Amino acid sequence: MDSPDPAASLQLTHLQALEAESIYILREVVAECERPVMLYSIGKDSAVMLHLASKAFHPAPPPFPLLHVDTTWKFRAMYEFRDRVAQRTGMQLLVHVNQEGLQQGIGPFTHGSQVHTDVMKTQALKQALDRYGFDAAFGGARRDEEKSRAKERILSFRSAQHRWDPKTQRPELWSLYNTAKRKGESFRVFPLSNWTELDVWQYIHLENIPIVPLYFAAVRPVVRRGGALIMVDDDRLPLEPGEQPEMRSVRFRTLGCYPLTGAIESTAATLTQIIQEMLLTTSSERQGRVIDHDGAASMEKKKQEGYF
Amino acid sequence: MAHRSGLIASDIDAYLESHRRKSLLRFITCGSVDDGKSTLIGRLLYESKLVFEDQLAALAADSKKLGTRGEELDFALLVDGLAAEREQGITIDVAYRFFSTEQRKFIVADTPGHEQYTRNMVTGASTAELAVLLLDTRKGLLPQTRRHSHLVSLLGIRHVVLAVNKMDLVGYSQERFLQLLHEYRQFARRIALTDITAIPLSAVHGDNVIEPGDHMPWYRGPTLMGHLESVDVGQHTAARPFRMPIQWVNRPDPDFRGFAGRLSSGTLRPGDRVRALPSGQESRVAKIIGPDGELPLAVAGQCITATLADEIDLSRGDLLAAAEAPPPVADQFEATLVALHEEPILQGRSYAMKIGTRTVGATVNPLKFKLDVNTLEHLAAERLELNDIGVCELELDQPIAFEPYEQNRELGGFILIDRINQHTVAAGLLHFALRRSQNVHWQALDIDKTTRAALNGQRPCVIWLTGYSGAGKSTIANLVERRLHFLGRRTYLLDGDNVRHGLNRDLGFTDQDRVENIRRVAEVAKLMVDAGLIVLVSFISPFRAERAGARALLAEGEFVEVFVDTPLAEAERRDPKGLYGKARRGELKNFTGIDSPYEPPEQAEIRLDTTVLTAEQAAERIVEFLSERDMLKKP
Repeated sequence: MDSPDPAASLQLTHLQALEAESIYILREVVAECERPVMLYSIGKDSAVMLHLASKAFHPAPPPFPLLHVDTTWKFRAMYEFRDRVAQRTGMQLLVHVNQEGLQQGIGPFTHGSQVHTDVMKTQALKQALDRYGFDAAFGGARRDEEKSRAKERILSFRSAQHRWDPKTQRPELWSLYNTAKRKGESFRVFPLSNWTELDVWQYIHLENIPIVPLYFAAVRPVVRRGGALIMVDDDRLPLEPGEQPEMRSVRFRTLGCYPLTGAIESTAATLTQIIQEMLLTTSSERQGRVIDHDGAASMEKKKQEGYF
Repeated sequence: MAHRSGLIASDIDAYLESHRRKSLLRFITCGSVDDGKSTLIGRLLYESKLVFEDQLAALAADSKKLGTRGEELDFALLVDGLAAEREQGITIDVAYRFFSTEQRKFIVADTPGHEQYTRNMVTGASTAELAVLLLDTRKGLLPQTRRHSHLVSLLGIRHVVLAVNKMDLVGYSQERFLQLLHEYRQFARRIALTDITAIPLSAVHGDNVIEPGDHMPWYRGPTLMGHLESVDVGQHTAARPFRMPIQWVNRPDPDFRGFAGRLSSGTLRPGDRVRALPSGQESRVAKIIGPDGELPLAVAGQCITATLADEIDLSRGDLLAAAEAPPPVADQFEATLVALHEEPILQGRSYAMKIGTRTVGATVNPLKFKLDVNTLEHLAAERLELNDIGVCELELDQPIAFEPYEQNRELGGFILIDRINQHTVAAGLLHFALRRSQNVHWQALDIDKTTRAALNGQRPCVIWLTGYSGAGKSTIANLVERRLHFLGRRTYLLDGDNVRHGLNRDLGFTDQDRVENIRRVAEVAKLMVDAGLIVLVSFISPFRAERAGARALLAEGEFVEVFVDTPLAEAERRDPKGLYGKARRGELKNFTGIDSPYEPPEQAEIRLDTTVLTAEQAAERIVEFLSERDMLKKP
């Protein structure tokens, strides 16, 4: 090293610093919790989280299974992608569906987005965590996504009833995470807390991380509903009288249940084009999600009830 | 989020390449209520064009409904997240914000100025490299300003920006600005804050936030954003000796044993000589596996997995350090504590202490003083209430490798965790090891607990009876001891009243004294177990934390907690010593159950309901328990 100040040239870039922080969190939780699990939602944040986990424990595989809480309404391309990822990583993939909800025929069209999300996502997640006795669940949520998440801890403490209570959240100092808990209590852990949407894309770009093709623009059949472009992904989407799916070049900024996820018109077909479009765009990421608009501070209410 | 670079549209690849090289700066903003912190951060986000159109529309609607600025945008609403604080109009928790410019990515901890939420500020400051301290020009230096400055200094933040806000309300007066700056510098010198950059600004109107604006031509310094983008906060941790707390031992197969951790300082290369602490064993680094494969060099901040040339004793919680410059190892320290929880920190109570990747037991003994952060005066104290800052001596139950906090945050910063409710109750900073801990060594003796127990032909243990005064503890303990004695067991009974006549006669009945009372008895019981005895302890011992502390002193299975469960009303009805009567008449203060709390055990090994059991039956239960667990057999 012939630089005059060796320390100055040894500083990490912001992405290296974020990567190190996430790996550190993943290892801490695995070392201190009994049964960790990674919630795998198939989206880009999950892809980054999984990539970080494989780095954290290399050359061993990540010492925990993946859990997909399946509402049965995901895009078909997401299911295909999920199964390929499970095969590639060799990790155990657990898929949980709320069977009661399924039997009652709960769906976004019959019951509306609120009931659907609550029964098939929030309740289903709790069922799955209870069933397998997981005491720590990694999730890909980021603080920059939504206002109430800006105050979320990296280790979010949940009661035995999976409730989030702002008063029981523990202060997080330095990189010391208090993992003490009683039987039944658990943590939701967010290793990507300090990443922004741009960081995530930049990292996917740099690290060549595979993501679901739906993020890239392609000509797809869509209908316009209340200002959102909804993709006709299968024949479960009830068409209104006179409604005709049109073929448009669209892509998705976030992925969820297809009837609840709005597409944006775009021709960005490569990663760099996506990043370019994102940097020039004027609407925030969660706008495409129907659930956030259900009421003021709605995310916070959902969180208290046990939604991620 | 229209980033300002023209490169985005013209050459996205070049833009991405430049973005890749950005550095990261973490800073906190702090100040008193209404100094305008949220407004300033909202303004930074807004002005760096990081607010999307849909958020802006929501902001415009919120500003009309909840805002304090009439028809104008209220930027504070951009960052005030939780529903409760929206209603109250104050920020009540630490929020993290993100923005980036061409030079840097920023993580901002937005910390509240409200007096009872100092813990949030300490939390935000713990990871920050720089602090932006807001001052309301009209109000000047407030007690909160001093308190926050002190915390900034205490937590090792060396760079301070004094953001003199609301300049618009004093006619952008240079005189007022210079006067405040002078006042602040005088105060800051006393708390060793020297790197201070003062910027006059108006968060509401935007002067000197991103652009200079037209109102203060007399100010020639950088704008806030300009300063944040260019300030050098390099900690130069890479230039210090190598240290890495071990997080995880990676053993995918019998041929690979890797030690995973994050370098907290220094650099590491294959071939480097390293020492494991506290064991002291040494080896050489064989390979370093980084996030992207094998590395010729790892630097501070990186997460790696290292393999060593030799099999040495090294596991999670240990420290790997440069063999030629290892840090000291000690078990008694002087430390500063900041109380973070409603439950006070008590002198003598045993806590779980997490430092680096290691968790040990720690007792605050003694608490030397509490600090008045306004006057920096030292005040006598026996406990630390929420938001108190104190200096104490800390006794650990095992030695740890450490560095003073001022030198290394990761090896000197710790948290204390309550053993019962598991809350994080304090943040702490290690200053130095006490000389007595380095000079008083544990004397290794040839005859140990096992050999003494073997001679006694029994398994030593502690039977700890807890319950209200008058519950029947001493009566039952006495019966148990008689039975054990007749069975040929060697025993001793430590009785609360008796011990208070001698060893603990200097102690009263305040919470602090009760904690110390139990601490001493637990230590005596431990010595007696070491001597090979079966020890009966009959003490009210009202607090769970102290009983958990006593349990933690002994080996697994050596501590049998017996809850002598007599309801308060029944104990009071019996009142064998007439104490309840006195307490009710106010002649006896701090009496358990009357004006001092009792915390019943949650997972006692034995629960004795004395409303259905006689004392003889209760004693029999205890003897049966010991016999079932083979505790009365020869070892």
